[in-house]
Amino acid sequence: MNIIVCIKQVPDAKDVRLDPKTNTMAREGVEAIMNPFDRHAVEEGVRLKEQHGGTVTVLSMGPPQAEAVLREAVSCGADEAVLVSDRAFAGADTWATTYTLGKAIEKIGPFDLILCGKQAIDGDTAQVGPGLAKRLNIPYVSYVRKITGFENDAILLHRLMDDGYDEVEIPLPGLLTVVKEINEPRVPSLKGKMKAKSLSIKTLNAGDIEADADSLGLPGSTTQVVKVFAPEFKGERAMLSGTVDEQVEQLVNKLEPYL
Amino acid sequence: MDYFLTEEQQMIVDIARQITDEKIIPKRAELDEKEEFATEILNDIAQADLFGLYIPEEYGGFGYGGFEIVLALEQFGRGCVAIATSFAASALGAYPILLSGSDEMKQKYMPDVASGKKRAAFALTEANAGSDASGIQTTAVLDGDEWVLNGTKQWITNAGEAQIYSVVAMTDKGRGARGASMFVVEDTDPGFSCGPKEKKMGIRASVTCELIFKDCRIPKDRLIGRQGMGFITVMKTLDLSRPGIAILGVGLGQAALDESVVYAKQRVQFGKPIISFQAIQHMLADMAIKVEASRALVYAAAKHIAKHPKDMSKASSMCKVFATDMAMEVTTDAVQVLAGYGYMREYPVEKMMRDAKILQIYEGTNQIQRNVIGQELNKEYN
Repeated sequence: MNIIVCIKQVPDAKDVRLDPKTNTMAREGVEAIMNPFDRHAVEEGVRLKEQHGGTVTVLSMGPPQAEAVLREAVSCGADEAVLVSDRAFAGADTWATTYTLGKAIEKIGPFDLILCGKQAIDGDTAQVGPGLAKRLNIPYVSYVRKITGFENDAILLHRLMDDGYDEVEIPLPGLLTVVKEINEPRVPSLKGKMKAKSLSIKTLNAGDIEADADSLGLPGSTTQVVKVFAPEFKGERAMLSGTVDEQVEQLVNKLEPYL
Repeated sequence: MDYFLTEEQQMIVDIARQITDEKIIPKRAELDEKEEFATEILNDIAQADLFGLYIPEEYGGFGYGGFEIVLALEQFGRGCVAIATSFAASALGAYPILLSGSDEMKQKYMPDVASGKKRAAFALTEANAGSDASGIQTTAVLDGDEWVLNGTKQWITNAGEAQIYSVVAMTDKGRGARGASMFVVEDTDPGFSCGPKEKKMGIRASVTCELIFKDCRIPKDRLIGRQGMGFITVMKTLDLSRPGIAILGVGLGQAALDESVVYAKQRVQFGKPIISFQAIQHMLADMAIKVEASRALVYAAAKHIAKHPKDMSKASSMCKVFATDMAMEVTTDAVQVLAGYGYMREYPVEKMMRDAKILQIYEGTNQIQRNVIGQELNKEYN
């Protein structure tokens, strides 16, 4: 089974600050890590490979320094790593990102399964996984908490719901986005780290993936971030006292102007 | 401080640190409370390849010297001395085979120890043979093609959780120390069993039990090295392994210092964080000096010992005494800095203080270590 795992480098959430002037995320001096949900996707891919054979290719779109998370994934058991990187990709929203990743995957070649984390902790949209499936015209399931088996080119799984889980079966090739309940990611192995250190990472630019320039980056994005701000806390509190009847009367008086 | 580690040594530190932060620290209090063996965490360590650090490449390991395992143990000691002890005890059980065993014996046992698939244990201590190892009463008698072992070992780390035991038994009682030999006993051998789990003050997530040999029959080729060489193998094994115990003191001392500084910055009394009081500052400063000095000594000793020099016993004993006495002092001070909270089981420092005590006792009490150092000095200045 050939598995592609999409991963993203994000700022460590423990250390996120907003620049008060520009209202954008201050990235300087903030440690960059692999998106935590993506660690679970890599782990699941490696486990599936260990059980059923095949290869795990990790794919990331980002600046050259995103190589670090690809090497981390290799140290945890992934076989190959592909970085899609080009200045033309800068400012991409999820629409442009799924286009770019879709074109990159067409270049990588045939696959059986794509795994993604359910969302990235910086943008928090949870759109890239499903969007990518639509671009590739394959079925997908979000919030997967357990893979239960394979039968006749189909995959059986549990999808986490608010009140339990759904049992779902989809044909392959397909795409899954996973939640952290699916597994406990392993720590890199020493052999893995040594392999990751020397592995040459395949890098693809806009030309390599034969992308349409108008569909990339900021120009190819259909959404714009107009403003980012931390909501101000405006809540007012008042404590009521007295007997229950007195408190009810006070409450009614307070609410009356709004009725 | 920068100790100029190589890239591979730094990788080992990074892996061991990640295991400690992600796997050990979140679970240590629960495992201690339940006195539960950390099978899953040891499997994580195995998956990360760290059981094979000191084992030669031809037997499935990485072929590093003793310094690299010290680097891993420092991180594990920072997390939990009990789990670190379970890990280290496997190396202690493997060293006799590596030092004195035949090539066939190493081929048979070392690959599984290196992969972490099997754990090893070291069995020397008995009810009447602790510091005085010559009091051993377990015997091994050759009967045809088999050795027959009889006797009881006491306080054996990893007992019941290990599959491979390096056991000291007398093959010729009349010859004293020269009558001792070492054998490999497997957990499935007939006549071999483990006693009930001991209840300990600290390192509760590690297992310690008796090993009972009752007409335990093992093949002739399980003799490690030559007959009568048992004590030499034991002494060499302990010389090599003591820096591993010393570094647990360093890791533990570091953890106690970390907890103390974080607490002293948060805890406000008389309108100020207590770290602003000189009484606390000086305690923390002394703790930091002792931890760093111990680290420097253990690193130096571990590198020195890896070359098997003539004075390895002295270097090995010196670092063990210094770093483990330090751990006892620093963890006791950490409880003092956290005071009432430090005494409560809700905070980690009381466990650290309980765990520190064993470091001064096992793998040769610190009094015995001072004997070794004193005797070596006496010889050196002849």
